[in-house]
Amino acid sequence: MEGSAIIKLEHVKAGYGDTVVLDDVSFEVARGEIFILLGGSGCGKTTVMKHMIGLNPVLGGSLTIDGMEWTDDNRAELCRRIGVMFQSGALFGSMTCLENILLPLEEFSGLKAAARREKAMALLSSVELADAAGKMPSEISGGMRKRVAIARAMALDPDVVFLDEPGAGLDPITASSLDELVLRLRREKGTTFVIVTHELASVFKTGDRAAMFDRARRAMVAIGPPAELAKRVDDDFIRRFFSRGG
Amino acid sequence: MKIFRSIGEHAAEIAGAVRECMAILGETTVEFLLVPFNPRRFRVRDFMLAFERASFDALPVMSGVGFLLGVILAFQSAAALRTFGVESFVANLLSIALFRELGPLVAAILLAGRSGSAFAAEIGAMKVDEEIDALVTMGLRPVRFLAMPRIAAAMVAMPAVTIFVELAGLVGGAIVLKMMRVPGAVYWAGVISAADVFSIVLGLAKAVVFGALVALVGCTAGMRTRSTADGVGVAATSAVVGGIVAIALADGIIAVICNFWGV
Repeated sequence: MEGSAIIKLEHVKAGYGDTVVLDDVSFEVARGEIFILLGGSGCGKTTVMKHMIGLNPVLGGSLTIDGMEWTDDNRAELCRRIGVMFQSGALFGSMTCLENILLPLEEFSGLKAAARREKAMALLSSVELADAAGKMPSEISGGMRKRVAIARAMALDPDVVFLDEPGAGLDPITASSLDELVLRLRREKGTTFVIVTHELASVFKTGDRAAMFDRARRAMVAIGPPAELAKRVDDDFIRRFFSRGG
Repeated sequence: MKIFRSIGEHAAEIAGAVRECMAILGETTVEFLLVPFNPRRFRVRDFMLAFERASFDALPVMSGVGFLLGVILAFQSAAALRTFGVESFVANLLSIALFRELGPLVAAILLAGRSGSAFAAEIGAMKVDEEIDALVTMGLRPVRFLAMPRIAAAMVAMPAVTIFVELAGLVGGAIVLKMMRVPGAVYWAGVISAADVFSIVLGLAKAVVFGALVALVGCTAGMRTRSTADGVGVAATSAVVGGIVAIALADGIIAVICNFWGV
């Protein structure tokens, strides 16, 4: 199935309430792809991601994940098939790192307690944080919190994992190590990643393709492999974006 | 025109909060009803944590305020009753007032100030930190994780802390009457004779209702927190104000019902 589209947006009107942030957004994300939502601050890339993860309904058009729209009937099924890492990590502060990963396993996996614990520890090991299992989120660094959040997002072996600004607030070395983690997880598990970012180093390192948004035009202005987008000289916004490093 | 617009906006804000409160109440009720079929749905650890904060941690301030309430009530009422030479009836007044009305009311107001605001701040911080969004995207209901354990904890904690407020108030009254040379035996006999079972049960039932309201309003305020610099502070404030208003409304309704039934 690798290569076929798992996410489809057709003429989506993105926004919240009465506010339209982006109009007529259409693209597909292929299975196993690392797809980047790219653009400057406030351009609507996180808004599009919130539509994709079912937090906000689209204002128009159609958005499907594996052929299913975000309806009340499909919600439970779709939630099992996606994982999300929010910008802050959004780990539950009253739980240890291990308990954060155990939570979705306890609720949905149907595994016995020992198997759940074994899987959670394996996930922590896969993000190289097995020694942080008993620590509270407040006791670990921002980069470590994001790694634990990725492990939690991977807990139910989702088809697609969404990452919101994974490198935000991290030093370049830690941000780069997160990129390597994403590449390794894709290689090992074949997971599809959709990443919201404006950091070009990360885009070039991880992205198979990127959709680019412009706040001024309230539109998706380009889509394609990052290296090709960077060569475009016909669009002033794209040229300036890449020449100034995002 | 600006004032009308402001009134309209405030009215719409209050209506939105009430509607969300009702939605959370309905969802929490359904969650409670489902617990016997699947006990794992109830987050015991979250309940215990909220219970500890609403009860054990609150006991010193609850007892202290209850004691002072008893002292003040005793002084004020004794001054009036002494005119008729019946200051020993202060015991009866304290007993009825504390068990039936003031014990649960004062405990609930303190709970709104301590736990209601804390619930709003905790949940508000979680909302700002996207933890609630994380729950939703996992397919988990925030009400089950955040509101249900806190509402249950407040409902269980309130009768317990109310008893402490009432007993501390009676002790305060006893000390004042002792200073007025009313024998302790006379005072406690007056307290016991005035304390009928119905008043005590009514007071504790009120405590349960007030506890549920304070927690419900606090959780709703937390869920409605805006992602602004003062969002969590505003949520905590509205939890206290809304909680006290809800308590007053409920107390008034209960008083009317009791009066209607002649009890």
